[in-house]
Amino acid sequence: MNESCRVETARDGDLAVVRTEGYINREGGEEIERCIQSLLEAGVSRIILNLEKTKIVNSIGISILIEVLEKMMERKGALAFCRLTPTIDKTFRIMGLAQYAGIHATEEEARTALSATA
Amino acid sequence: MARDVCLSISSSPGSELAATAEAEAVAEAMKFSRDKIDEIKFALVEACINAFEHAGQSAAGRVDLKFRVCHRPSGAEMLEVTVADRGKGFDPSRIESPRLENKLRGGNKRGWGLKFIQSLMDEVEIRSTEKGTTIVMRKYK
Repeated sequence: MNESCRVETARDGDLAVVRTEGYINREGGEEIERCIQSLLEAGVSRIILNLEKTKIVNSIGISILIEVLEKMMERKGALAFCRLTPTIDKTFRIMGLAQYAGIHATEEEARTALSATA
Repeated sequence: MARDVCLSISSSPGSELAATAEAEAVAEAMKFSRDKIDEIKFALVEACINAFEHAGQSAAGRVDLKFRVCHRPSGAEMLEVTVADRGKGFDPSRIESPRLENKLRGGNKRGWGLKFIQSLMDEVEIRSTEKGTTIVMRKYK
């Protein structure tokens, strides 16, 4: 049994939205990392990670998201998450992720918050 | 009376989803809330991943799961989930609690599994020897 993760991106200047669908495990995390790396190389510095269609993640996928966050911080960029399930939201807060990346209810809220960092 | 559902899965990535499907069915039958079901599934994924890493891909690399509907002293129902591997074991007392600020300064980003399990479940017991590890997790309804 497996559930692959699909990732799509939408760019608007130096801001991009990365939308995921499916399980964020090692493969899912690596796919997100590849997409975000491409965006960073193309000049994007602010990224919204919309997990609306992701209902399950694991700690391996999360460890890759930490690598992504580290890269964003090194580049003085900003990362925000939105549309998390209550359990993923709770898990991210347990980690202390909200200190380093925005956690928002909607994509619009995340966009507004990241606009303030431009 | 306690009721048990037993399952054995291979220690290969992806097998944890078979475990979560079973957990979801049992928890739904017990009428757990959706949020609590998701927390049980998340913790179970982490326990399975931990077991996969310890059990390895050897002939002994199966992971045994047991779902038990049981009761607290108050009489309230709870779900007990047991995840057992036959790997080389580890010393839980030597596992350091992860700190994100340290992980963002380079180095290993892993090591969150036990913290997630302990945060999402109401009771957690870890028994580990050189012959394997058993994690017992309980969630109150």
